[in-house]
This record gives sequence, C-alpha cells and structure tokens, in this order.
Amino acid sequence: MAKESNFKNMTLCMFVICFAASALLSVVYVITKDPIEQANIAKTNSSIAIVVPEFDNRPSEEMFTVNVAGKEVNVYPAVKDGKTVGYAIESSSNKGFGGKMTIMVGFSEDGKIYNTSVISHAETPGLGDKIDKKKSGFSLQFNGMDPATADISVKKDGGEIDAITASTISSRAFCDAVLNAYAAFKEIKKEESCNE
Amino acid sequence: MSKLSIVTKGIIKENPILVLLLGTCPTLGTTTSAINGMGMGLATTAVLILSNMFISMIAGYIPAKVRIPSYIVVIAAFVTIVQFIMQAYMPSLYATLGLFIPLIVVNCIVLGRAEAFASKNNVLDSGLDGLGMGLGFTCALTVLGLVREILGSGSAFGHKFIDGDGILIFVLAPGAFIALAYIMVLFNKFKSKIS
Repeated sequence: MAKESNFKNMTLCMFVICFAASALLSVVYVITKDPIEQANIAKTNSSIAIVVPEFDNRPSEEMFTVNVAGKEVNVYPAVKDGKTVGYAIESSSNKGFGGKMTIMVGFSEDGKIYNTSVISHAETPGLGDKIDKKKSGFSLQFNGMDPATADISVKKDGGEIDAITASTISSRAFCDAVLNAYAAFKEIKKEESCNE
Repeated sequence: MSKLSIVTKGIIKENPILVLLLGTCPTLGTTTSAINGMGMGLATTAVLILSNMFISMIAGYIPAKVRIPSYIVVIAAFVTIVQFIMQAYMPSLYATLGLFIPLIVVNCIVLGRAEAFASKNNVLDSGLDGLGMGLGFTCALTVLGLVREILGSGSAFGHKFIDGDGILIFVLAPGAFIALAYIMVLFNKFKSKIS
C-alpha cells in the first residue's frame, strides 16, 4: 500500500526519484556522448562532401571562422592539388517557420553556388521540410546560381526562386541562410585580397 | 484477465487513439507521413513498456500526493534515454524523428497508463499493457499517417505514385482532424460489429 503523504515522506520520495533519474541520465549521457559527437562529425563531413567540388584535403580539420555582422561563421575549405577549389559554409537563418534552420552552402572558387545541404531544421514535417533534397527538388534550383548577379529571394518577393507550395516562410528562410553564407564568402574573398 | 487479452485490449477494445482518445496532440502533429507515424508510435511503445514496468515496481513506495510528479520524472528520464540512444546509434532515424521525441513526455497515454494500470498491477502485466497500448498507438498512427500521406502528398511510405502535390489540406493540421474523425467512425463501426 502507498506510503502516507506527510511532508517527510513526500520530500524524501521526490528526492530519491529525482536523484536516481539524474544519476541514470548522467551515466547514459557519458556513454552516448562520444557516439553522438562521432555521428555529428560524420554528418558534417558528408554534407561537406556533397556541397563542394572534389577535394583531397580534410576540410573538417582545416575549418576556420569568419566574422559576418558580429556572428562567427564556420567555413570548411576544399583543396585539391594544393589549390582551393571551393568553400563549404555552415550558415543559418532564424527566420524559419519553426525557428533556426542550419544549412551547408558550398561555393566554387568563382562565387557560384555549387550545392547545398540541410544540416538541421525545425520546419513542419510534410511541408517546410521539403527544403531537404530527400523530400523535394526545391534546393536544387540554387545550384549554379551566382548570388552576385542573381536575386536570391522567392518569386513572391520579386526574386528568382520558386517557393515550396504552402511553405513560403521556410523557402524565405532558406534563401536568407544562403545569402548569409554568401556574405561569409564575400568576407573570405575580401580577406584573401587584403593578404595578397 | 489473461495475458493475451491484456495485450489485445490495447490494440482494439481500448485503442488509446481511436477509443480512449488519449494523446491526440502527438497523433495530429506527427502523422504527416506513414513513416513518421510509425516511428513515433514505436518510440512511444518503447517508453511505455519501460515506464509502465518501472512504475509498477515503485508505485508501492510513493506517497499518493506526489504520485504524478514522480511518474513524470520517471517518464521524462526514460524519454531522454531513448533520445540519447537514438541520437548516438541511429542518427538517420533521429534526423526524421528527433523533433518529436521530447513530445512523448507530455503524451497522455504514458502518464494515463502509469496512473490507471501500472500503479495497480504487477510488473509483467504492466509491461504487457505497455506493449498492447503501444502497438495500438502505433497502428492508429501508421494508418492515419498513411491516409494523410496518400491523400496529401500522393505517396505511401515515402514512395511517390502520383506526380504533383495531392490534396494539400491533408498534410496540414485541419486534414489531420478530418482524417482522424473518419478513421474513428470506421473503426468504431468495425469494433461494434465484432463485439
């Protein structure tokens, strides 16, 4: 039969349960910490491999950051035969329907978008999640565009991008993230020309 | 009550979604496709079995007035463990379902079964009840997800068989209510026929 609900019993019971739960969680956390990190690194590496031309270096180990409008942006350079062939830029937008959207945008050396890949997002399943290549071809239309000459915004806003049906906000956020990445790319180019 | 009937009552007679109408929030939210519904159902089943068995073990030591907070802590701990393990060893499944896992904590079915069944029955029966309820939940979610996916996106389990967009409303929230209502009508008609 259940214990009497007096102050001592209740406090003790809650303490024991919370303590046991936190202890158990910390054990599981420690066990799964490394595999989770490994999985995240593998995910980053595979997104890098998708978004830039063929390379022979290890972009995730040569990562550097650039400062764009007060925000640190991660950049993974892709090098082949000692020549930089492109940059994978991890960029995000807070304008998504479900909050933050993080994507990897690859630029070839001439500033054209080589490819894009979604890292994480919280868009509506079945609608906004079509930004993912696996769900629809939406993100493919960015490939080969040059943000310097093309207008990266949805057609409703006067741009050149066909928005996902019923997911204009997600589409706008994706454009926003691509533009953020391009801002970082311009920053890299500026620093390069200063160094020369 | 026989062991088998403890399992089957969760699937048909007391189906948590279609008969008890519990856990409607994750049901409507996650069933945009059959795979999502099934994944959510299976994750919930795992949590239900674990939490039901554990709660039936400790129910005797918990003072009545702190019952609910104790159960919630237990359930939340199990959900977080499932989330960690999925993130570490099944990253591709986590990528599709990660969003919904924390929702299991607030799923009424889990707390409801802890309160209504697990706290009054032994460990084995509670585990079986969790399994039955979980399977009932999974079936309902998969069927609902499948109906919405077919009508809304013209595909089934991710395989597209119609070009174009389908009836978009079924992917959106109102379509979830419409589809759930019709499935419920059909299910209860079928249920009253066999009993």
